[in-house]
Amino acid sequence: GASSLGYASNRAGLESLLRFKPEGKLTLMHIADCHAQLLPIYFREPSVNIGIGGAKGHPPHLVGHDFLNYFGFESGGIEAYAYTMLDYIKLAHELGPVGGFAHLATLVKAIRQERGADNCILLDSGDTWQGSYSAMMTKGADMIEACNLLGVEGMTPHWEFTYGAEQVKANIAKLNFPFLAHNVVDSEWEEKVFEPYHIYEKAGTKVAVIGQAFPYTPIANPRRMFPKWSMGIQEQGVQEQVNAAREEGAQVVVLLSHNGMDVDLKLASRVTGIDVILGGHTHDAIPKPSQVKNAEGTTLVCNSGSNGKYLSRMDLDVADGRLKGWNYRLIPVVSNLIPADAEMAALIERVRQPYLQEINTVVGKTDSLLYRRGNFNGTYDDLICQALNSQLESEVSLSPGFRWGASLLPGQDITMDSIYTQTAITYPNTYRRQMSGEQIKTILEDVADNLFNPDPYRQQGGDMVRVGGLRYRIKLGETIGKRLHDIEIGGKKMEAAKAYWVSGWASMGEVDGPPIWDVVRKHVEDKKVISIEPDTTTMGVTES
Amino acid sequence: LGGSVVVPQSAMAADLDKVKANIKEHMGSGDYQESDTVKIDAPIIAENGAMVPVKITVDHPMDTDNYIQSIGVFVDNNPTPFAGVYAMGPANGKAYVSARLKIGKTSQVRAVAMTNTGKLIGTSKEVKVTIGGCGG
Amino acid sequence: MADVGKAKIKMPSSVNAGDVVSVKAMVRHPMETGNRKDKKTGEKIPAHYIEDVTAVFNGTQVFAAKWGAAVSQDPFLEFYLKVDKPGDLTLTWKDNKGGVFTKSASVKVK
Ligand SMILES: [Mn+2]
Ligand SMILES: [Mn+2]
Repeated sequence: GASSLGYASNRAGLESLLRFKPEGKLTLMHIADCHAQLLPIYFREPSVNIGIGGAKGHPPHLVGHDFLNYFGFESGGIEAYAYTMLDYIKLAHELGPVGGFAHLATLVKAIRQERGADNCILLDSGDTWQGSYSAMMTKGADMIEACNLLGVEGMTPHWEFTYGAEQVKANIAKLNFPFLAHNVVDSEWEEKVFEPYHIYEKAGTKVAVIGQAFPYTPIANPRRMFPKWSMGIQEQGVQEQVNAAREEGAQVVVLLSHNGMDVDLKLASRVTGIDVILGGHTHDAIPKPSQVKNAEGTTLVCNSGSNGKYLSRMDLDVADGRLKGWNYRLIPVVSNLIPADAEMAALIERVRQPYLQEINTVVGKTDSLLYRRGNFNGTYDDLICQALNSQLESEVSLSPGFRWGASLLPGQDITMDSIYTQTAITYPNTYRRQMSGEQIKTILEDVADNLFNPDPYRQQGGDMVRVGGLRYRIKLGETIGKRLHDIEIGGKKMEAAKAYWVSGWASMGEVDGPPIWDVVRKHVEDKKVISIEPDTTTMGVTES
Repeated sequence: LGGSVVVPQSAMAADLDKVKANIKEHMGSGDYQESDTVKIDAPIIAENGAMVPVKITVDHPMDTDNYIQSIGVFVDNNPTPFAGVYAMGPANGKAYVSARLKIGKTSQVRAVAMTNTGKLIGTSKEVKVTIGGCGG
Repeated sequence: MADVGKAKIKMPSSVNAGDVVSVKAMVRHPMETGNRKDKKTGEKIPAHYIEDVTAVFNGTQVFAAKWGAAVSQDPFLEFYLKVDKPGDLTLTWKDNKGGVFTKSASVKVK
């Protein structure tokens, strides 16, 4: 809960979070990738976020002190806590948890009050319906209620699709706002499945918002759940939508994107006529928009972080049908500084109530900081991989490089709620099977190429597959088949022709092992107290 | 990550002699001039290697005396690269064809167009076939 | 596979004279390459695929395809047609086992 540690809510704290130099009349608000985190949580940002080729050293590929220096923030403050992993445990104790829809609602209401609701548009880049036990059990219905109450005015999807095509359609019927995705077509006749864009009349301005769903959903998640939907970046399609919206009289064009930030940056340099990209998927929290030049102008690219930690506010000055000025702030939702909105708090209590017995179950305790973010294994991933190897008696375990999942501080209880924030998906079953060393290498190489390919359009977001019982060196600048080196299994050099027992979860194919949360639960119950050293799986990360 | 049972092989160099022989068999000559008027719209990464949508457009007039008369499609790394040849003309108004192809492993997809004077122009684009499975 | 040869055509039913319109067509067909093995018996599944497609508009061939085994199951085809006069478009698919399948669509001119 919000009152457990450190600061109490206070007016000065709230005012500092809302401080903003207004610009023009129109305000865009944006959230992304909340992953169904209705309550405040802890979320440690990555210590490794490698940029390949031209992306190296530029946002979003900055962490820690490099991040603070680039954006001009001091160590030890609210920004350092929100945006980096520096002094994480100390600052977490001092500043408390982040996010939570009741705290977010207070900020949204305050901005609508200041600017006038008719001048504001609140948009959501998706990954909203998945990531908690209650969201999984209600198939996203709890999040739809919360988003309707928050007053979200448009969204675009990714994990939403994993409830299956029929459920997605049923859920859309319950939304008070448009579900936008120009880049989803039925695979039979190649016709659009969803509303491609919506035109809002706000602050006397016609604002077009084009939805760009996660282009690689049918590759990154099981296609069998939406077998007749085809996606893709569809750069030319984006241009067509921009042109159509301008023709319809749009004075401001926004791309509400779930591309991931590197893809957004490339797209902004090639498609003309977009004023602002509000993006998500790669969970990058970037405090200043990247100004990307293209053949006809400049596009502002904003990515608003994840897990309910941030609210983006962008004020726009539109005159003579053109963008004249702007101001932006990515507001960290430091929950203890923000009073909870009573109406939203009541809704959250109501939607979670049926599941309290399950989610409040304490299964153990952690002595270590447990987190997931980072290009390679986080400590919560290590816990999952260790659970797989011990419970399924395998030599190697594989766990997906998701970027969602709340952190736990040393000394905190491990509840089922926590385990579900790391594992609640609609294809949770585990598998155990034999694979040759060669097959294992092929999988690692394939995933590495989907992450570290120098062409952003060939990157799928997420992080390197997490491994247990296996160590490797990786050369990021190489090509597919040549990145992984010196792979060891159980401390010995991996043999290409030898068969190894491998376990994992979140398989693209249908498998029938116990769900991952049961596996992790049994392991934690056996161990009682969890202690994990940070990343021991990568023996070296180099460019060549 | 998938951990699928079927593990596609990583990209391998194609047997270009075989590709060339296939082009020669269906287009009359194995050599074509690289041209940016031929455009291949295909996914960078295939969602399903058994059914990859491939659209080919040639920016070329379709007049009675100046038109594209055929477009051939080849997948370098398939056991048989030939994937189809399409006959067209002024009656189509637009030099275009769309089809869906089986692409077993990461490969160049090649489109070769023949003008009514018998000139061959073409281009190629890589389509990646992946295991997939991670996500943010 | 049930319904082999069942076909569909999607094109506008009414156009302005001179319009260039999209014609989409699909036919149910296994498009077996002859290289696959039956998972249960281990025996090769015989090749069964469409080799030729023709599109005839008002008695004149306007488009044709020659296919290899790389074309996907239930093959899809899209091409454009310049419509000057009303009429019927007939597509005919022929497979390597002698199967012949046809489907027609009419277009009016406003
Ligand atoms: Mn996400
Ligand atoms: Mn995502």
